[in-house]
Amino acid sequence: MRTVTLTVNGEEVTATVEPRTSLADFLREERRLTGTHLGCEHGVCGACTINLDGVPSRSCIAYAATLDGADIRTIEGFDVDDVMEDLRQAFTENHGLQCGYCTPGMLISCRDIVTRLPDADEKRVRLELSGNLCRCTGYVGIVRAVLAVLEKRRGAAAA
Amino acid sequence: MKPAKFEYENAATVEEAVELLGQADGFAKVLAGGQSLGPMMNLRLAQPDLLVDVRRIKEFGHVEQRNGGLFVGAGVIHSAIEDGKLPDVTNGFLPFVAGQIAYRAVRNRGTIGGSVAHADPAGDWPTALLVLGAKVEIAGSAGRRSIALEDFQLGAFTVALEPEEVVCGFDIPALSAGAKWGHYKVCRKPGEFADSIGTVIVDPDRGFARAVLGATDGAPLMLPAVAERLAASGADGFGIDEAKQAIADAGATFDSYLTQIHAVALSRAAKGAFAQ
Repeated sequence: MRTVTLTVNGEEVTATVEPRTSLADFLREERRLTGTHLGCEHGVCGACTINLDGVPSRSCIAYAATLDGADIRTIEGFDVDDVMEDLRQAFTENHGLQCGYCTPGMLISCRDIVTRLPDADEKRVRLELSGNLCRCTGYVGIVRAVLAVLEKRRGAAAA
Repeated sequence: MKPAKFEYENAATVEEAVELLGQADGFAKVLAGGQSLGPMMNLRLAQPDLLVDVRRIKEFGHVEQRNGGLFVGAGVIHSAIEDGKLPDVTNGFLPFVAGQIAYRAVRNRGTIGGSVAHADPAGDWPTALLVLGAKVEIAGSAGRRSIALEDFQLGAFTVALEPEEVVCGFDIPALSAGAKWGHYKVCRKPGEFADSIGTVIVDPDRGFARAVLGATDGAPLMLPAVAERLAASGADGFGIDEAKQAIADAGATFDSYLTQIHAVALSRAAKGAFAQ
């Protein structure tokens, strides 16, 4: 067992964990932050994507014991966030989800696209979304939602 | 989908990592970004007894222009290279390769040194650093050594590392302004493991030319005859048939599907280089 101190959604947390406990399991089982979903558990599906030190990362293949000092932000940590508010609204309007399983990881990746690539076109958005699998929507609604937020922010920047 | 039990140690310096690996009782693995090792452990394809975490070793983040090229520390992550945070000594080749590795969330954690030490044939850096003629710097109990990548990569998941050794970084030669490069990766979906990687560099000012085929069933395959042909007469006429013949002449045998995929990757890389 190892004792680590990390920040989870702005709160400092000290915990004793087994080395093999993934960050995702730690968040879900120990912190009851069940917004982080586990799909494939080998880094492919993107459902478990969270922000680690400010950038999207897979929480299923990062081990909590290795993350002493890390800053974690899960989907629950984005209640008050301009970009995420826009994305939530756009997902609603554009049918960006059906079952919702991929949605937390999808939103984390979409927020990264919007903030990192303000000039992204549809092709780039689709490429950037290739690391998040959705089995319901066929991606059309998700892509439209991201493009709508990009468009809105470009308009706001130009005004 | 949960890893088997393992012990975990955190190394603060290269020397400490070497010591921890040397003292290990059982099977020890270096943990860098964990983007390949993590999945393999979760699938229990790898069941190390000990992980030695090298992510906090400051030296591994080092980047420096030296010896007419660029030294890139083993711990540099793919997304930093993708975003152009390193001096560009390769006319855009390194960022181009980095941007095609897996997905952004993976590129934010995965490291260049981890990719090469892991030596997955479908990995991107083993092929890309080989075509550049890079050298790998290694630290072990006997001190430091530096060897050419072709002498380091022995086969699929097999490199010339002693159990207590770690990869420290890479010396990457700079390309001349007039150098041409082409890189073509065949994936069924962006970010997936490659079915083939064709990569070509022709740098007449340095008298340097290499062609390499990656994502084979072993170490990346050097194709010196192809490099020579491209350096002498460009990529005109270097189509799929000639690429197939060149791969066969190099002694590689694949089934008809893979032969086709590899020939396409190689010929598109060659044409891409000369279309620049």
